[in-house]
Amino acid sequence: MKRVYVNEAWCLGCHLCEYNCAFANSGLSDMVKALKGKKLFPRISVDGKDKISFAVSCRHCNDPLCVKCCISGALHTDNGRVCIDKTKCVGCLSCIMACPYGALSVSENGTAQKCELCLENTCGEPACVKGCPNRAIVYEER
Amino acid sequence: MKQYVIIGNGIAAAGCIEGIRSIDTESHIVVVSKESQPVYCRPLISYYLEGKTTLDKIGYRPDDFYQKNGCEVLYHETAIQIDHENKAVVLSKGSTVPFSELCIATGSSPFVPPFDGLDSVKNHFSFITLEDAFALEKAISPDSRVLIIGAGLIGLKCAEGLHDRVKSIMVCDLADKILSSILDQDTAPMVQKFLEMHGIDFCLSDSVVRFDGNKAIMKSGKVIDFDILVTAVGVRANTALIAEIGGTVNRGIVVNSEMRTSLDNVYAAGDCTEGFDLSFGDNRVLALLPNAYIQGFTAGINMAGGTKSFDNAIPMNSIGILGLHVMTAGSYTSEKDGGTVYMQKDDTSCKKFFVRDGLLKGYILVDKVERGGIYTSLIREQTPLETVDFDLLKENASFMAFSSESRRKKFGDVV
Amino acid sequence: MGIEFIYPEFEVIRNDKRCIACRVCERQCANEVHSYDEDNKIMLSDETKCVNCQRCVALCPTRALKIIKSDCQLRENANWQDDTIKEIYKQANSGGVLLSSMGNPKPMPVYWDKILINASQVTNPSIDPLREPMETKVFLGKKPSQVEKDENGQIICQLEPQLELSMPVMFSAMSYGSISYNAHKSLATAARHLGVLYNTGEGGLHEDFYCYGENTIVQVASGRFGVHKDYLEAGAAIEIKMGQGAKPGIGGHLPGTKIVGDVSRTRMIPEGSDAISPAPHHDIYSIEDLRQLVYSLKEATGYKKPIIVKVAAVHNIAAIASGIARSGADIIAIDGFRGGTGAAPTRIRDNVGIPIELALASVDKRLRDEGIRNNVSIVVGGSIRNAADIVKAIALGADACYIATAALLALGCHLCRTCQSGRCNWGIATQRPELVKRLNPEIGCERLVNLMNAWRHEIKELMGGMGINSIEALRGNRLMLRGIGLTDKELEILGISHAGE
Repeated sequence: MKRVYVNEAWCLGCHLCEYNCAFANSGLSDMVKALKGKKLFPRISVDGKDKISFAVSCRHCNDPLCVKCCISGALHTDNGRVCIDKTKCVGCLSCIMACPYGALSVSENGTAQKCELCLENTCGEPACVKGCPNRAIVYEER
Repeated sequence: MKQYVIIGNGIAAAGCIEGIRSIDTESHIVVVSKESQPVYCRPLISYYLEGKTTLDKIGYRPDDFYQKNGCEVLYHETAIQIDHENKAVVLSKGSTVPFSELCIATGSSPFVPPFDGLDSVKNHFSFITLEDAFALEKAISPDSRVLIIGAGLIGLKCAEGLHDRVKSIMVCDLADKILSSILDQDTAPMVQKFLEMHGIDFCLSDSVVRFDGNKAIMKSGKVIDFDILVTAVGVRANTALIAEIGGTVNRGIVVNSEMRTSLDNVYAAGDCTEGFDLSFGDNRVLALLPNAYIQGFTAGINMAGGTKSFDNAIPMNSIGILGLHVMTAGSYTSEKDGGTVYMQKDDTSCKKFFVRDGLLKGYILVDKVERGGIYTSLIREQTPLETVDFDLLKENASFMAFSSESRRKKFGDVV
Repeated sequence: MGIEFIYPEFEVIRNDKRCIACRVCERQCANEVHSYDEDNKIMLSDETKCVNCQRCVALCPTRALKIIKSDCQLRENANWQDDTIKEIYKQANSGGVLLSSMGNPKPMPVYWDKILINASQVTNPSIDPLREPMETKVFLGKKPSQVEKDENGQIICQLEPQLELSMPVMFSAMSYGSISYNAHKSLATAARHLGVLYNTGEGGLHEDFYCYGENTIVQVASGRFGVHKDYLEAGAAIEIKMGQGAKPGIGGHLPGTKIVGDVSRTRMIPEGSDAISPAPHHDIYSIEDLRQLVYSLKEATGYKKPIIVKVAAVHNIAAIASGIARSGADIIAIDGFRGGTGAAPTRIRDNVGIPIELALASVDKRLRDEGIRNNVSIVVGGSIRNAADIVKAIALGADACYIATAALLALGCHLCRTCQSGRCNWGIATQRPELVKRLNPEIGCERLVNLMNAWRHEIKELMGGMGINSIEALRGNRLMLRGIGLTDKELEILGISHAGE
């Protein structure tokens, strides 16, 4: 399965992936309209210190702990992709407790959120990958 | 062809079904369900009262779950006996179901202490099943004064569920702090204070001597008036079916890492079991959803002839009450047990870590729960803390604390 | 602090309606132009620090930024122009030599733009490169002046060592130190991919890049930095650098602050010490001395590698080239006065040397006149900007071209001309690790390969139009060129007729 992989050797810590992610999942067609003056809730986050930086998003594990820990059944897998039905999520954050990668976060309305590879939004392919200026994030089969 | 029988229809049963089907897509599965609903997660009942989930969303799996997995569910049916010799389960309505492999996923039942005068209380509820929630919902009104006995997870989630729907809530507990199973003297008062600010009252280090109609007479002499009583003192594992036929039972049904009981072809999973707690180093009843699912899944695979071992169970809880998130995991090894405790705390948040033998054994996070799973994995994977920058981790659950080599491995590999 | 005489050269124009305060500009500017005002939740800019490298403009996700030249100008004066006056202010302030980077930006004549290329009409057919074979391969090195046969009538083939290029372009010398590891890796991998060569410059060869040896020209310059036996043997050819178009007559100076880690190791000098390349080679004061070095290098490498002698285009270049052609060198590289540099004194860059077009034409003519043109191949550089420049250079007599500025542009350079600061926001002319990583060599290589492939297509189209199907047939074919708006003298030097003649 194609997954998003990060290579910290090329991550510039520019945080563009976070903005591209938030925009892609906003449902709006203009980034300014989508993000100006708003708090960002990206599903990928850039971490780092000093001169090292790297982006973290869902690894889409073959054996996803978050799915096993989800109390509402909101988290599920779909052809290997780990997805979340936000209408079922009650925001208990058990998935955040479970994910060894720290890849899930809390969304604007208190439910959990995670990368779904942009397959359900208008971007159609991971926006973080598309917008990465230095190919530090790639979408590939490994 | 085999016939799998699962007694119980909770999360462990769902895990068991999925475990079996990951190996064996043919054989018949029979599920014996006491309740009339398809599998749902019991902790969701407070969210139901709160309005965060609805009956059409509460199902743990899609509507076609049983059908797709080729399961026959016997609703409103209880297993009353296991005929181990003939490999069959005797049901309450008189029939028997033969099994090749059996999984006990009977869960637990609320424990109600024998209070004096409890019979005189008109509106008394437990808070375990959806039926309980329906009954409670029916009984409450905006003018209700609710008394909850037990300030544990169930009691407080019940308080949250009722918070906007009743006039007042009083929670009392014998212990001197709330959530005594997961919080300690530093963190429990913070959460208590937060809940008090939201209008929930507490009466701790006190217990009910007797009930007199709508009055609870406390040991301290205090008298609490209420309209609705919820007892949430605790639960007991349902072990009888195994105990009766000589299987090894302690506080729960004893299982090994493959979820086998001491009896051939009989497995157990979920809240009714007692298994090895990695952080504690001994057997415990770990009545937790993740555990139930993984145990069920593990049992399922082994029942179907596969091989799967679940040997890194630890207690872990993530609970949000009225917007305050608390995450805890592992065991709280104290300094007198040779452990080291690290704590960063301010008025509203806290991060506390319990370390022993160079390993993280447990943590308590109040409010600051971001990426808590990174801590959980340190416990479960028994990562030597000398290989990470633990000072940084205490501040912030970040992969910066790991070597770039381990980051490359974790983020570059398929997992 | 006295009065600041100079108003900032650029203005940062931020469209507040579009700015989402993502702070990408702030994080990407090594000059610290941008900052975030927490109180008012807006971005601020300090224009005094802006060098107009366009990094922020390129990365701004909402296109909220642009950098423009400030219109705050001194009173107009055709003699005392703005730049001239500002340079005086700077020197009055610092007392120092002005430093600049990249090529001469002054409005000097660009002869390439005054030369037009011919095309076939009626009397000879043009060639469609999509349908017919078209050879862009070239070989550099000494060519035999006549065919010799043995007693059986077989051709005696004893060629001097040759460089084979898939197209008549090479990446010219840029040292590891002046440019980054990732820039070098991009050039090396692209050269390998394209079947051409790149050049180490005078910085030695990083151990990681020995594997690209077949596509590497190793340079020996006046400082002899990084030169050792393995180094000489690693490359496909050895270049003796006598001069550089951007700064003829002077040496080089890489400040000690850039001599860190691998750069120091590769140059074989202590960390923090200045790398000073003397103006002359102190063992070369004559053509005879040069011959000694040429043969020393040949001796050291078993006569297997062609030796290139690189000189800047200066006034008596034809005579110098004639001497080099007799020194035993296999290839002469001539660098024109618009060539780039990582740092050079401004006065020298802008005032010393001559245009490559004139130098090439006169060298080619001189070597032909003296009957020694086959002794050497000629490579020219110093602002070769596109495929047409290459075609014109070949027609004027060059065997191949050296490109560097164009290659850096492909890697992301925006010609802000502040390489000397070491804060290249594009990760090219810097050694700061957080900036170096901005150039992913995988992307760099792809872009270089794209550029060269595009040029190769264009070269084929231009040649096909002239009815020529190989570089070999174009070389020195000045009949294919005409001048436009040039004086008789210029036409005479270029050896071409005026358009219409």
